[in-house]
Amino acid sequence: MAEPHLLVHHNGDNVGVVVIENLKAGTEMLCVVTEDNSDFTMVVNHDVPIGHKVALVDFSAGDTVMKYGQDIGRITASAGKGDHVHVQNLKTKRW
Amino acid sequence: MASNNSFFGYRRENGRVGVRNYVAILPVDDISNAACENVAKNIQGTMALPHSYGRLQFGEDLELHFRTIIGAGSNPNIAACIVIGIEPGWTQKIVDGIASTGKPVAGFSIEQNGDINTIAAASRTAKEFVHMTSEYQREECPVSDLWVSTKCGESDTTTGLSSCPTVGNMYDKLLPEGIYGCFGETSEITGAEHLCRDRAATPEAGEKFMQIWQSYQDDVIEQFKTSDLSESQPTKGNIEGGLTTIEEKALGNLEKIGRTSTYIDALGPAEKPEMGPGLYFMDTSSAAAECVTLMAAAGYVVHTFPTGQGNVVGNPIVPVIKITGNPRTVRTMSEHVDVDVSGVLRREMTIDEAGDSLIEMIRRTANGRMTAAEALNHREFVMTKLYRSA
Repeated sequence: MAEPHLLVHHNGDNVGVVVIENLKAGTEMLCVVTEDNSDFTMVVNHDVPIGHKVALVDFSAGDTVMKYGQDIGRITASAGKGDHVHVQNLKTKRW
Repeated sequence: MASNNSFFGYRRENGRVGVRNYVAILPVDDISNAACENVAKNIQGTMALPHSYGRLQFGEDLELHFRTIIGAGSNPNIAACIVIGIEPGWTQKIVDGIASTGKPVAGFSIEQNGDINTIAAASRTAKEFVHMTSEYQREECPVSDLWVSTKCGESDTTTGLSSCPTVGNMYDKLLPEGIYGCFGETSEITGAEHLCRDRAATPEAGEKFMQIWQSYQDDVIEQFKTSDLSESQPTKGNIEGGLTTIEEKALGNLEKIGRTSTYIDALGPAEKPEMGPGLYFMDTSSAAAECVTLMAAAGYVVHTFPTGQGNVVGNPIVPVIKITGNPRTVRTMSEHVDVDVSGVLRREMTIDEAGDSLIEMIRRTANGRMTAAEALNHREFVMTKLYRSA
């Protein structure tokens, strides 16, 4: 298999993790779901650093972000599919 | 290790097995550090363990201090131990605690002697201990004699994808062979506490974990938080690495206990496991040096440490094996990496293969291979302090 740009833990997750350095906006990413090794492609909208998350769907404020098949927090500012998801638009529900 | 089911270690008087053979010079308190460090300078083959506390502590905090110091001296990686304190009372209490393992231990106190006479007397005994213990030989031991702890640090999203599940795979394979395991990081389970509770082997163990977790939320976080903890959990390094929320961090953290492993008890900090071989949760800080020190004090002899952004922690008593899957960390901080699992992110390596490579590195480390942290002189020995001293 070609080297993936993005890994997704579970099929139900709505974000994935960039696993290569120097990913540029506009790249068509090979995305692999680690749960079952299934893959798909999608375009990333920003330069996203290694380890950072990319939205797999269009998000509106208040939406729940799923990773590991679990709730990891809520969207605070809308983010489109392919956008960088991090502290600027995602926050814990906890504190 | 299933195919190569043994390692070479030092069997101690109490039957436990060490993977290192140190003569430790252990201060009871902060003001005895200087004497200990001078003994270690005098006598080749000894190691001082300076720390910051031990005066005017009381109650549960003092109990933890004693448990940590006695536990550290009792760790099977230490062959013999010199204890130095400012006065004889607490010094003797620690000597007696360590002596119950059967290993050679001697105490010295500074009041009415001064540093110089104390250093001279302790150096003579330390020299005898070095002669004696340097003749100890490694012997073949079954894998079930290994006590392997874990804690991750400077985590990022790659730890949850690669290095933490590598540790989990190791536990899923070695716990059935009879090892003792340990994970902790009470605050860092936040967001996955329900999943952690469900991984207990018994309802009692799960309930005990939940009480420990809830009491940290109530007694510490609620009392002292200034905002939403977002400056501290996740840390700046975690955020740089792409982790956004405590839930996301916790879910990656919990990957360290694998798919099938369950914990049989929840321990207090530095508490020895008493329910036989298996996995234990320990109530610890999520700060690396404090956590590794508490697990060493409970008797664990090898530590596995997944990192994403590159935590460089080590411990003077216990070899700390660093595992990373982050290719940037492998590229920029290679001298700190013992096990490179970045192939997992490239889909060139499975978690099963990564687990096997960690098991092989544990075996080699137990046999005597120095870890990156050992070679780089990382000797962070850090006490956990529960509240202000009197």
